[in-house]
Amino acid sequence: MNEEFSVVGKKIIREDGFDKVTGQAKFGDDYKFDGMLHSVMLRISEAHAKINSIDFSAIEKSEFLFSIITSADIPGTKKVGMIKNDQLVFCDEKVVTPGDVLAMLVGESESQLRSLLSKIKVDYTPLPVLNDPKKSLDKDSILIHPETGTNLIVHHPLRKGDIEKGFSESDEILEQTYTTQLVEHSYIEPEAVIAIPLGTSQGVKIIGSIQNPFTTRRFVANVLNLPLTKVRVHQAHLGGSFGGKDDTMCILSARAAVAAMKTNRPVKIRYTREESILESYKRHPYILNYKVGYAKNGKIKAMKVDILADGGAYVSMSPFVTWRTVVQATGPYEIENVHTDVRAVYTNNPYTGAMRGFGSPQPIFAQESLMDEIAARLRMTPDEIRRVNGLKVGSVTATGQILKDHEVNLVRVLDVACGNTDFITKWKRNKKKKSIAVELNSLSPILNDSQFIKQNDLIKKGIGLAVSFRGCSLGAEGTDAAAAYISIQNDGSVYLDCGLAENGQGLRTTYSIIASEVLGITTDKIIYLELDTGITPDSGPTVASRSTLMGGGAVKNAAEILLERLEKFVKAEFKLGEDDFVSFRENLVFSRRKGLIAKFPEVCKLAYSRGVSLASIGWYKSPNVYWDEEFGQGDAYFTYVYGCQVAEVSVNIATGEVYIDKITAVHDPGKVINRLGAEGQVYGGVTQGAGYGIFEEITTDKGFIRELNFDTYTIPTSKDIDEIKPIFIEGKDSYGPWGAKSLGEPTLELTAAAISNAVCNALGKRFFNLPLNLEEVLLSKKLRPADIKRGSLL
Amino acid sequence: MEVRFKLNGKEEEVTTEPYLRLIDLLRDYFNLTGTKEGCGVGECGACTVLMNGRAVNSCLVLAAQANDSEIVTIEGIAEGEVLSSLQKNFLTYGAVQCGFCTPGMVLSASALLDQNPNPTEEEIKDAIAGNLCRCTGYKQIIEAVKETAKETIE
Ligand code: FES
Ligand code: FES
Repeated sequence: MNEEFSVVGKKIIREDGFDKVTGQAKFGDDYKFDGMLHSVMLRISEAHAKINSIDFSAIEKSEFLFSIITSADIPGTKKVGMIKNDQLVFCDEKVVTPGDVLAMLVGESESQLRSLLSKIKVDYTPLPVLNDPKKSLDKDSILIHPETGTNLIVHHPLRKGDIEKGFSESDEILEQTYTTQLVEHSYIEPEAVIAIPLGTSQGVKIIGSIQNPFTTRRFVANVLNLPLTKVRVHQAHLGGSFGGKDDTMCILSARAAVAAMKTNRPVKIRYTREESILESYKRHPYILNYKVGYAKNGKIKAMKVDILADGGAYVSMSPFVTWRTVVQATGPYEIENVHTDVRAVYTNNPYTGAMRGFGSPQPIFAQESLMDEIAARLRMTPDEIRRVNGLKVGSVTATGQILKDHEVNLVRVLDVACGNTDFITKWKRNKKKKSIAVELNSLSPILNDSQFIKQNDLIKKGIGLAVSFRGCSLGAEGTDAAAAYISIQNDGSVYLDCGLAENGQGLRTTYSIIASEVLGITTDKIIYLELDTGITPDSGPTVASRSTLMGGGAVKNAAEILLERLEKFVKAEFKLGEDDFVSFRENLVFSRRKGLIAKFPEVCKLAYSRGVSLASIGWYKSPNVYWDEEFGQGDAYFTYVYGCQVAEVSVNIATGEVYIDKITAVHDPGKVINRLGAEGQVYGGVTQGAGYGIFEEITTDKGFIRELNFDTYTIPTSKDIDEIKPIFIEGKDSYGPWGAKSLGEPTLELTAAAISNAVCNALGKRFFNLPLNLEEVLLSKKLRPADIKRGSLL
Repeated sequence: MEVRFKLNGKEEEVTTEPYLRLIDLLRDYFNLTGTKEGCGVGECGACTVLMNGRAVNSCLVLAAQANDSEIVTIEGIAEGEVLSSLQKNFLTYGAVQCGFCTPGMVLSASALLDQNPNPTEEEIKDAIAGNLCRCTGYKQIIEAVKETAKETIE
């Protein structure tokens, strides 16, 4: 694999960059059509209620109103879902969470429509509300979806070895409980979609901020009762998604489509930030119980894990999210005896689904905190304990999979991270520093000099690390294949398209790089086509950091098919000997014997005139994986990536504020195709991970979200993290284009855990609940409004 | 009511409602959709435009307040096909991912460089602290601004 690359791995400018810096790139809400109607949603202020009737009579005659869209207007299925159809497009019977929509009004102006909402009379009976996932499985618990007979969404067990034997062989046993919070994706662009009716023979066209056009197509087709071919989904530029513009966008698209079909006019739905946060799904809060047995030398003998995820009101992607959790719950460690149960349950809380990381940041926070705690008890350093237990080539994972066919670089990323940050020295130094104690033994309000703390003494430095392994692509979650289309024109310019969707991450640029590398042309020769489900082959969802690996594989395959054709043609056309060798470089074509023989466009023109087909569809299918549901055993993913992040923090012991001085992110994503994009993934992922670690949190009161906009839901700004240093270890792999794998999610999943370990290094106390906000750092608890009384000192 | 102002170098005169926000005037009336709405409450900066050379959140400015002023939106930054050096550096340094925050970022940074051609890193961070970006982690944006300042000074 010691190939020389001309474009791969270089810093290449985004193909959509020009449009984005000039404001020309069109996002969902930037599209307008003649006769287009707007829409607003009808909701009630209840988390759980039976709807008896909706009385629209007061608004029916309003000049502001064009039409009322309700469940009765749906010709096809009224309930939809990613995995299970449990979500009503219009909740006219029951609402199960505050984001639920009962009906939709359409008309010429959004603000006029809004003025009508309060005039609609909804008669409903409030039902008891279930907010505590710990109570979801109680025998006497109310049921969120009574027809299912239980609030259990899914249960993934995993059994390996003999857990009791493992504990009995252990020298020490440690048990801890961790919790993680609900968080919001916070894509800066709120949801927007337009449905355009195309007439009976053509169906409907959808344009919007859609993460997965093929999933949206399925939803809309089912709801409209149309064949897939009559729903064309066109992806607008997407203003961020991070896993978040999937279910919500599918449902919004379905609502807009129903309205468009009914009114025979284009219908736009666009959300305000408040509506976006209210209705869209979030990251699962987890409660994680860990029991671990280990020997004096640090070797872990047994691990028992019990995890409860709050799925909120709908199934959404919970079964897949928690499946990744069960595979990775014991971390990148080889443990003989493992007993894991992961359950997701229904509540009336905002529902939870896919979000960058997808069921991994939560267990990583727990297991990496735990590893540090074990190390401390055994007087080992954090890196030592991980070296003793870390996965290596030939190791057997918790699911019984033997790691092979790729470099298992866990220890290597750990070593590079430690070496690069001088980890051990700093870790030991911070640990030694005494904490300051101020004696307030007199009640006198006047303090003497010794009782004042110097500003500098208030800041404690800490360093901490976390490591992970991550299964690439979908694994045993589902069918895993992708397609790409390349068509070379007779002037040598090239169309490229793939069924995976640009979410802002730079996938089109990566694919252009791959195609130009194979065809020996420069990237400016390639035009990337818009994703349109009417033209592009279905490639499954753009999730699970699978774009480079799967879609990249398909692009490479398509380009290779064409290359082979062109080579053959050139040999015949230029009468080169069978043993000659043709190569394509920088828009030129060479023969080993004759040197330069033609320019790429000339070859294309000739080939075209001779009737050679210059279009191809490439395909990449993942190798088969296997999964045993009962014992949670099997080859869960066909390959893995490894990462280690080191966090360096300053903690203010007076305020509890954690400031992030530096995150060193060492990742093995396989071959790096697009260096600029890869670095961008690290900066962005680490920043999101840091927000998750230290301040982001959606809190709810009886299911109602308190933080509905960025004034209360704070995400990191330019001033919150000082330095981020990406380092890539390009491990070899037999899969993916030149061994390129995944990066987007690994960058996020480690940061919170590394920060928590760093704060512990600074303060000497451990943390069990994310985020590490001021009160958690100072008081080791979360303050809820109920805890705070006026003037109270707690 | 009548509003007269200079928009991307051109004199404009429109009749508008008193409650209309500047962002709506720009997006809906002038079709300048490069100005984005991310929050509507002055927190995200996606709607940033230049008003008399200063970066403002156009979701917090009434259209009527633009009277007699000079407004520059992202569409007024490049000269035809020729990007400003700041825009070029946004591309070279990978400061753009999804691009939704980009117009606002470019305008906030332009305003900074106009007033302070040689800013420190802290000053750059301050200037874009009101512009949220969920994709890039800001590092490559800061690099792009730094580099632009360096080029201008040289
Ligand atoms: S939309 Fe104006 S600041 Fe967010
Ligand atoms: S590039 Fe996506 S929000 Fe900044």
